[in-house]
Amino acid sequence: MSTVTATAVEDRPRTLRPAVLGLPLRPRLVVMCVGTALAAFGVFCLGLALGDYPVPLVDVVPALWRSGARGTVFVVHEVRLPRALTGVLVGAAFAASGAVLQAITRNALASPDMVGINAGATTAVVAGIVLGFGDTLGTPTLGLAGGLLGALAVYLLAWRRGSTGFRIVLVGIGVSWMCTSATDYLLTRAKMHQAQEAVGWLVGNLNGRGWEAVRPLGVAVAVLLPAALLLAGWNRNLQLGDDVARGLGTPVQLARGLLLLVSVALVSFATAAAGPVLFVSLAAPQIAQRLARLSAPPVLLSALTGVLLVSGSDLLARHLLPDTDLPVGVVTGAIGAGFLLRLLVRSNRAGSGG
Amino acid sequence: MTLRAESLTLAYDDRTVVSGLDLQIPEGRVTVVVGANACGKSTLLRALARLMRPAHGAVLLDGRAIHALPTRQVARQVGILPQTPAAPEGISVLDLVGRGRSPHQTWWRQWSAADEEAVAAALAATGMTDLAHRPVDELSGGQRQRAWIAMAVAQQTPVLLLDEPTTYLDLAHQVDVLDLVTDLNRRDGRTVVMVLHDLNQACRYADHLVVMRDGRIAAEGDPATVVTAELVTEVFGLGCQVVPDPVTATPMVIPLSRHHSARAVTA
Repeated sequence: MSTVTATAVEDRPRTLRPAVLGLPLRPRLVVMCVGTALAAFGVFCLGLALGDYPVPLVDVVPALWRSGARGTVFVVHEVRLPRALTGVLVGAAFAASGAVLQAITRNALASPDMVGINAGATTAVVAGIVLGFGDTLGTPTLGLAGGLLGALAVYLLAWRRGSTGFRIVLVGIGVSWMCTSATDYLLTRAKMHQAQEAVGWLVGNLNGRGWEAVRPLGVAVAVLLPAALLLAGWNRNLQLGDDVARGLGTPVQLARGLLLLVSVALVSFATAAAGPVLFVSLAAPQIAQRLARLSAPPVLLSALTGVLLVSGSDLLARHLLPDTDLPVGVVTGAIGAGFLLRLLVRSNRAGSGG
Repeated sequence: MTLRAESLTLAYDDRTVVSGLDLQIPEGRVTVVVGANACGKSTLLRALARLMRPAHGAVLLDGRAIHALPTRQVARQVGILPQTPAAPEGISVLDLVGRGRSPHQTWWRQWSAADEEAVAAALAATGMTDLAHRPVDELSGGQRQRAWIAMAVAQQTPVLLLDEPTTYLDLAHQVDVLDLVTDLNRRDGRTVVMVLHDLNQACRYADHLVVMRDGRIAAEGDPATVVTAELVTEVFGLGCQVVPDPVTATPMVIPLSRHHSARAVTA
């Protein structure tokens, strides 16, 4: 153990972490964000180019701004773009939501899949389909209401002189299973065509998503993603424990409440648009955290990873097995889980643990 | 920067832990709080740091009730290191110490040259510069505690509160941490308040000793005048002899025990 001497103070080393535009410079994070964004954009364009009427890749980008041959513009802009954009937004929303929630609870298992938010949204939407009030209220409203109710139940049940991350996870798993039981019960009561519609939605699906799905989700992501980024500083402090966070000037209960709200709203809007796309909110933040080598999932990189995961999975779902109309959730589950397992195995071998 | 408790009563639900306590923390000095288990010393420290709302009375920072002040403003004046804090897995020393800067940051300026400088100075002051890029969970217990202290140092608060900073450390590292705290006090004139378990260390490092019993102050002042065999017997319920520390001449408490009763030993 070295003793503190005057030379230790004078002998200050090279700059540790320079400030750039009011942010600490993290070269690895920047490189990963740019790389992931480029890859996601590539997959997005590929998704717009491929299909029954293939469009040359060079014509895809101009067609987004409605320039080019009329047929090309129609296929790219009207037919394929809404579905592709839904995929982008859903991926970003699920992943950012998971990143926020995993960080608040200091628990990688605390994805919205696990702690009742997704399940609440799902139960509400399935109830809407089966009991027949879905058309009047609209899927986004139902999804949002269900997610908020699920989260509220979790938050209130986990509250005892303030909330803690661990209790939120435990109570969330309980609420999640209750909602799942309710969903299952509703499905047993459903008529054949209703059950089919509900199940198609239950696995997470981008088939036939149009502009009506894009708009509410687009607004939600445009508001909530920057909010999550702004609240990230509070979230970083919360990870040090409540007492340390408060000592650092963080309003702990307010911060946790707001972060939870952002996370819940993101996942509810996304679930309403595409169903509970499996595993994105669990895997994408964990993948992003390992890519950036940080102690908690970074929100922006998680969102970009989510976009890549969902867009890539949808591309595969459409073209790997062309005639089956494979829902995207099946592919994200398979790919996301596979990639996460690979990362876990590798980091265990390297001795750095999960 | 003055910190004072005024008829302070602290309670968890219905259980009163500290009652009607008055305490003036001497500015620019090292104050050490000691007492038997569950005497309310950690609770008092939490209240001084605004981590706990008093049931009655108040903690006054420069004469104003600390609970009426904004959290961030308090965080720029008073730093607290709770007992055995847990770092998230994989966090680097540099990242942990950097978080000490958050009370000085804003939405639009999350990192500045001043932050960088404060972190570099805190790392140097705690001898952690060479370990800056290492994950905290790979450090030894002593190094980890230094990293946490570095975080509190980077916060650059005039008052620093430490709850048992030597817990789980071996004797050499205990002395190392206490010397470091003394450096922080002597070099920068920071006011330090810490809770310690070891009476002899408390006597050695305290300018001002606060002895607590059942949520009240049993005695306070210069350790040399405060610590007597009678006081220790009264507060800890333990017979003892008090002799001068052969190194520092501060009081040293030698406990008696059932199998080792007092023999006439001249100090």
